[in-house]
Amino acid sequence: MVGCKGFQFDRRGVLAALAASLALAGCGSGNGDASGGQTVSAAKLDGAIEKPNLKLGFIKLTDMAPLAIAKEKGFFADEGLNVTLEPQANWKVLLDGVIGGQLDGAHMLAGQPLAATIGYGTKADLIAPLSLDLNGNAITLSNKVWSMIAPTLPKNADGKPKHPISASVLKPVVETFGQQGKTFKMGMVFPVSTHNYELRYWLAAGGLNPGYYTPGDVGGTVAADVQLSVTPPPQMPATLEAGTIEGYCVGEPWNQAAVFKKIGVPVITDDEIWHDNPEKVFGLRKDFAEKYPATTAAVLRAIIKAQQWLDEGGGKNRPEAVKILSQPNYVGADYDVIAASMTGKFTFEPGDTRPAPGFNIFFDKFAGYPYYSDAIWYLTQMRRWGQIADDKTDQWYFDTAKAVYRPDLYLAAASKLVKDGEIPAASVPETDGFRGEQGGFIDGVTYDGKQPNAYLAKFKIGLKNGQTVTAAGVQ
Amino acid sequence: MATAFADSAAPIPEAENLQAGADLVQPPSTASSRRQVRERSERLLAGKLTALGKALVAPVIGILAFLALWAVLAPQVNTSLGALPGPVEVVGQGGALYEEWSAAKASEAQFYAEQDARNEAAIAAGNPQAVRHFDYAGPPTFLDQIATSLKTVALGFVLATLVAVPIGLVCGLSPLVNAAINPLVQIMKPVSPLAWLPIVTMVISATMSGPDPMLPKSFVISAIVVMLCSLWPTLINTAVGTASIDRDLLNVGRVLKLGWFAKLTKLVLPSSLPFIFTGMRLSLGVGWMVLIAAEMLAQNPGLGKFVWDEFQNGSSQSLARIMFAVIVIGFIGFALDRIMMAFQSFASKNHQI
Repeated sequence: MVGCKGFQFDRRGVLAALAASLALAGCGSGNGDASGGQTVSAAKLDGAIEKPNLKLGFIKLTDMAPLAIAKEKGFFADEGLNVTLEPQANWKVLLDGVIGGQLDGAHMLAGQPLAATIGYGTKADLIAPLSLDLNGNAITLSNKVWSMIAPTLPKNADGKPKHPISASVLKPVVETFGQQGKTFKMGMVFPVSTHNYELRYWLAAGGLNPGYYTPGDVGGTVAADVQLSVTPPPQMPATLEAGTIEGYCVGEPWNQAAVFKKIGVPVITDDEIWHDNPEKVFGLRKDFAEKYPATTAAVLRAIIKAQQWLDEGGGKNRPEAVKILSQPNYVGADYDVIAASMTGKFTFEPGDTRPAPGFNIFFDKFAGYPYYSDAIWYLTQMRRWGQIADDKTDQWYFDTAKAVYRPDLYLAAASKLVKDGEIPAASVPETDGFRGEQGGFIDGVTYDGKQPNAYLAKFKIGLKNGQTVTAAGVQ
Repeated sequence: MATAFADSAAPIPEAENLQAGADLVQPPSTASSRRQVRERSERLLAGKLTALGKALVAPVIGILAFLALWAVLAPQVNTSLGALPGPVEVVGQGGALYEEWSAAKASEAQFYAEQDARNEAAIAAGNPQAVRHFDYAGPPTFLDQIATSLKTVALGFVLATLVAVPIGLVCGLSPLVNAAINPLVQIMKPVSPLAWLPIVTMVISATMSGPDPMLPKSFVISAIVVMLCSLWPTLINTAVGTASIDRDLLNVGRVLKLGWFAKLTKLVLPSSLPFIFTGMRLSLGVGWMVLIAAEMLAQNPGLGKFVWDEFQNGSSQSLARIMFAVIVIGFIGFALDRIMMAFQSFASKNHQI
């Protein structure tokens, strides 16, 4: 485990150093042609499957459910596909598998295809033609830290802590740690993961600086009050228990696992940080989608059907889904642990179970549609924390989003399903790809995908126009 | 090198035979002969019992003591996945893995039956384009993982042997080449598989760029890592074996004006064969150990991936399943070693000059 982490880290360091200096400089011009190659003829999409035998990768998280359901309920088979699903050790291995061609596609972090395309980390042309789900993450703190903050929390009438809990309650704890000469450390799953940005958003909204990334470094700890580090999702509880980190942000079932193992307390769900935030995507290589358009469309149709099945009838299929996910070859955690978040409830500390009907949304609220504005939000956060080293124009954000997020592929697949009567026409949005001005953030800041630079200027903590990061600090 | 790893558990019966032989030499006196015979047979019996004790009873007692300690101590270790499983739970999970294998076999059979039925229906309906011949794409079972691991280690081991034996022979025959290669060998030998893996991964990913490679990349990556780590014992032993060939033999070869090929096959190989096999036995042991680590990281299906996946699952059965896998890994490593030992003693017997 130690060896594995070390290996990733070293390699990313080298790659990032290479990629950030070479590729980032050239990406402004490199993406100009990408939107030109987006026209795929309908005849190709409905043609014969070019590559029926596929291998798709996933990480053991409940939001891989659409893939497992598409396989187990026969949606892949119905489309003439013979799909193998293979669990991957961590996000880096999964990304390399897709780029290297061992995997035809995968359950991916939304930031991964974006970062790969702009050359942050490994440079490769990846696309995201479908979003897998909304929400699904939470932040968990160790029992020790929880016992330090619990008495200070404002309470509801029933004596339970008032939600959402602000990260500002951590400030005295972080100061105590500092006085003892220790750094307050938290875990997230990957430098470009939703979890990293959500954890950073929550901490920054509470007045704690989660640190900036310097060009060529993936540590991201410059000027940090709280140091974040990478741990693969399934190892989060073990790492928390070992005392290496004091808390983490991760997808399910690894927050509920901490509750069941009595080693930590979830304090906030990502739905409370940003209401109905976009989560994982289905990612694949751009050249794969170009070479095998009918196969790509068939995969998307199967996943969309699985997403509908997961949200059907107010969650009536969820217990069956949990049973499938608890098989050792999928998520593999115990049934009760997975059910704790997937069946409309979420447990914070033991005895504090609250309704969370929107904790995982796979199909409703247009969850599958890959909005450009979602991609741009991720890009703004990369810029906010220094992963994108220099200022970019609004147009650059739009071009990059359009090169990676591919609603054209989604619509092609979804409209055939509508035509065949598989999904209702109302489940496919009519949109220009931008959600409009969105609220629902914990700090009350609103987000408009059409104005990324203006959005970045609104944050108290975060890089502003013209600022860069060096090892010495922000300049 | 060879003696250090010689099997120390083999019973040595010489002492008892000597004792019995000495008794036979003495002429039996008529007065005490019956008593002596009884004493002698008692001594013989006692000797046999000691041998039996060494060969059978002691190991059984050792294993039972270990199981008892395990059963008593394990429940007292509380992890976040529950108490550490004892032998009973581990055996139970072994049974569960077997049941999963049978269930997978059943669903595989069902998959092919349904596919055949669909194909026949398609042909009957005059739609031969719809005929599909897919391979079953279910999750690999524990037995599949064992098979993959064995295949990987076999490929890596064969590659290592093919590379190490020729280089070793050249090193042994030519002190100059030996001096040139020796520092490299000494530096490469202690490198861990974890250090090789990133390099091998990148090289294999770059060189195997076909759309549908014959072998899965992760399989090749693991096998190459196994090769790189298990190369050295065979190479060194071959070199030592070749170098220590009797000079007189080489002189005889020179007198007979043997060509290099004849010299190699008639003199060098036969006399260094025991060394080569000793090296190969060590190599296989190293390869098996390295393989598990390589599979964990390269995500090649196999026992290493099974262990890693179960660790990631973190379910209440995970620890017991991992322990079962550890035991299986141990037994397979032991079996591989015994097979190589048989080859080794066979080579030593038939090619001693």
